[in-house]
Amino acid sequence: MRRLFALLAALLLAIPLHTGQALAQDYAEESLPNPRQEEQALALMDAIRCVVCQGQPISGSNADLAGDMRRIIREKIAAGESPAQVRAWLVSKYGDWVSFQPQVSPATSPLWLVPLATLIGGFWLLSRRIRIGRKR
Amino acid sequence: MKRKWLLWLPFALGLVLLGLFYVGLKKPEDHIIVSRMVGKPLPLFTAPAALPGQPGAATADYRMGKPRLLNIFASWCVPCVAEVPVLLRLKAMGVEVDGIAVHDTTEALQSFLARNGNPYTRIGRDDQSRIQLMLGSSGVPETFVIDGRGMIVHQHIGVVSEADIPKLLGLLGQQK
Amino acid sequence: MIAEAGLAALWLAAAMALLQLALGALALRPGQGGLAPAIVPVAMLQALLVSIAFACLIATFARSDMSVLLVAENSHSAKPMIYKIAGTWGNHEGSMLLWVTILGLAGATIAMFERKLRADTKLATLAAQGAIALGFYAFLLFSSNPFTRIAGVIEGQGLNPLLQDPGLAFHPPTLYAGYVGMSAAFSFAVGALVTRNVTPQFARAMRPWILGAWIFLTVGITAGSYWSYYTLGWGGWWFWDPVENASLMPWLAATALIHSVTVLATRDGLRAWTIMLAVLAFSMSMVGTFLVRSGVLTSVHSFAVDPSRGIFILALLAIYIGGALALFALRIGTVTEGNRFDIVSREAALVVNNLLLTVILVVVMAGTLYPLALEGASGAKISVGAPYFNATAGPLALLLMMIMAAGPLLRWRADKPKLVLSRMALALLAGAAALLALVLAGGQIGAMPLLGLVAAATVAVASLAPLWKRKLTRTPLFTFGMVMAHVGCAVSIAGMASESAFTQENMVAMAQGETKSVGPFAVTFAGLREFPGPNYAALEGVLLVKQGAGKPIIMAPQLHQFSDPPMLTNQAAIKTFWNGQLYLTIGEKAVGNRWLVRMWWKPFVTLIWLGGAMIALGGLLSLLGRVKRDLTGKRAADAPAREAPAKEAAT
Repeated sequence: MRRLFALLAALLLAIPLHTGQALAQDYAEESLPNPRQEEQALALMDAIRCVVCQGQPISGSNADLAGDMRRIIREKIAAGESPAQVRAWLVSKYGDWVSFQPQVSPATSPLWLVPLATLIGGFWLLSRRIRIGRKR
Repeated sequence: MKRKWLLWLPFALGLVLLGLFYVGLKKPEDHIIVSRMVGKPLPLFTAPAALPGQPGAATADYRMGKPRLLNIFASWCVPCVAEVPVLLRLKAMGVEVDGIAVHDTTEALQSFLARNGNPYTRIGRDDQSRIQLMLGSSGVPETFVIDGRGMIVHQHIGVVSEADIPKLLGLLGQQK
Repeated sequence: MIAEAGLAALWLAAAMALLQLALGALALRPGQGGLAPAIVPVAMLQALLVSIAFACLIATFARSDMSVLLVAENSHSAKPMIYKIAGTWGNHEGSMLLWVTILGLAGATIAMFERKLRADTKLATLAAQGAIALGFYAFLLFSSNPFTRIAGVIEGQGLNPLLQDPGLAFHPPTLYAGYVGMSAAFSFAVGALVTRNVTPQFARAMRPWILGAWIFLTVGITAGSYWSYYTLGWGGWWFWDPVENASLMPWLAATALIHSVTVLATRDGLRAWTIMLAVLAFSMSMVGTFLVRSGVLTSVHSFAVDPSRGIFILALLAIYIGGALALFALRIGTVTEGNRFDIVSREAALVVNNLLLTVILVVVMAGTLYPLALEGASGAKISVGAPYFNATAGPLALLLMMIMAAGPLLRWRADKPKLVLSRMALALLAGAAALLALVLAGGQIGAMPLLGLVAAATVAVASLAPLWKRKLTRTPLFTFGMVMAHVGCAVSIAGMASESAFTQENMVAMAQGETKSVGPFAVTFAGLREFPGPNYAALEGVLLVKQGAGKPIIMAPQLHQFSDPPMLTNQAAIKTFWNGQLYLTIGEKAVGNRWLVRMWWKPFVTLIWLGGAMIALGGLLSLLGRVKRDLTGKRAADAPAREAPAKEAAT
């Protein structure tokens, strides 16, 4: 890696640069020209888990495959697909694991039911401790 | 003491939590992400030839009636070297092995194959992991078994070793 | 020799912990009270010995003594001195030794300075502290010995470059001081249960210790957030990663605790619940340590893990948490419920605050642990991350903000809704003004950030209200503390909402001389240069940043290539303006002849950490205020009934 970037740096510094030369965008690392689409793509990238360095979302990973996923996401969004469609496409390849946003299903319902039950149980306990209507 | 059970509730919840941790510790460490594409038809792709003189790969090649192995590899991938002899043996047994070279260059690939041998019938290039992502593959090396009708039958994650040969032959045989 | 001395000190410290436990248990028996005074020097000696052990470990790291396995595995002689020393706790064994060192020091501090607590309760508290320490000494000595020797190593393997940062020098120690400081709350709770002493006086004695630990926890989390913000190089300040959640869980429990303990101290209510929270806060600290150290969950923050050690910590967890909860179930029935309260009252607001904090804690726990449970039960793998936490904890936090705005303006016991509304009028007006301004300013802003900003404006004004029309010189310091902490929450929430709503991001490839814009800035890529660092090779992008017609400034994000161990790190260039931060990084590769540059303009992002610092400062003022009152108004504190409600209520 070190040699690689030394090489690239030398390359970049040595070549007289032709500014204004049209070059293909690399959507693995570059923003989409349409800010609204870019915003959607970024939000999705924050919610997709990198399959190589598994703790991170692909938006914050340096792995090649994460970059390739970012590229595909930007391309699909630019082509007019909705973030939900792109997410579904990735899930169809890698399973629910790849999405940081759990799908609502019977198997994942405790994620919402347990906090809800705590809230209700808490209010029930609370109601026994409160005096209502006896103002002093 | 009408609500005695309520007082033991935190204790019970604590036990559940500790039990969960125990299960988590005992669970074998696995960071393997299995492709959801197994059992589904091979997605449509065309991988241009990675080397001059050797054809690339495309979906149509996997609907010709003969089952094939599709090996995702790269010349920069260290463990990939280890599976080349095994792939060569499979080739010698009459198995068709195709390669998809991920993020690779022609020169690096040529020297990799010159050093280790070339088990591949076709080698397609996948510079931006597009085919890898279509297949739901999360690393190199990985090997997919494709039946003669273009269905993905099996995903082998990691290096193919001698010990995997019978299993792979079985999977390939069933599909004839 | 230093390593052997350290090991000997560690064994002796463990012996002192055992003695502390035994003395406490013996002296609590009827007629054995004569033994009690001995426990104080024993606790002090334990702290001294474990500090010596820790100092010995630091010395081996500072001298790069490669004959010690831990040093050889985690250090390198070419490292700058500060990272050699900080590297002492940048690994499992060293960080656990730091953990017990803080535990020992906390015990000694209680032994020396705690005067308000009933003697038998203090004895039981110190015995509990000894019991906890004993378990963790056993863990160190039997499964994580930091002083193991190794022969024939000439050079070390180096420290993870991500950890070679000043952040490592103070983030883990502060976070640990918070985690382990909560052991004081736990031991107090156990002591109170054993000696059946759950009283307002007990609550007043416990309060400064909880505040102290909570301040450290707040500082640790805030600093950790800023650390990962500038080192990871992606502009994120909170990732809802398991390790981060592990530090948030004790903080949530502790925050609930400092509020409930006030109800117990002032109004003699919430007795059982306060004890429960004290147990919970330290349990969450231990669970956090377990999650981080056992590798049960996959995290961004890399830690060397070993599952066999996980079993040991799990056994300790079972003993302490299980034991305390069983004690709770057995003894709390004998504690009467305490005073009831009216639905519109300060107590009610504090109870709802506690409930909401608990539910947020449950959300964080469920999100962190449910994937593990599901995989254990059905083998299905799911991921739970930011989208889930933001969507569930976010609204709860907003509700909490509303309670926070109203709470300090309510009177104890009972209040009239109409009066409360009139006291809040100005704050509600501020919220409405913020809403109006944001809507008029237009732009697309999500519902959550919008509500966050409105809530922040409301809370900021409402929190200042308790100081309104008061003689500031006669206002107690802890009231200032509460005001400061609550305004800090508003500031922090405003920063989070602003960051989420207004951040502008531009990822581009730039040729030399090319200019791109982000937010109000024009950024020109002047070129790249290479130079060697102390133990890495650096590649630096030179960027000229111009705002409008202003003078350009130079910003230089870098990549550092480390060789021991080989790793590439991204050093962002961050420029702070009064209204936000410009955050620039360079990528690792070129596209053609253009180099990758990532640019973020984050308006008011600094408020997140400023708010965190204000919350901690508020805690400090509160702590000083309580201690001062204890020292000056000794007589008042001895009177067991209650503090005069008028002094704490607003207006």
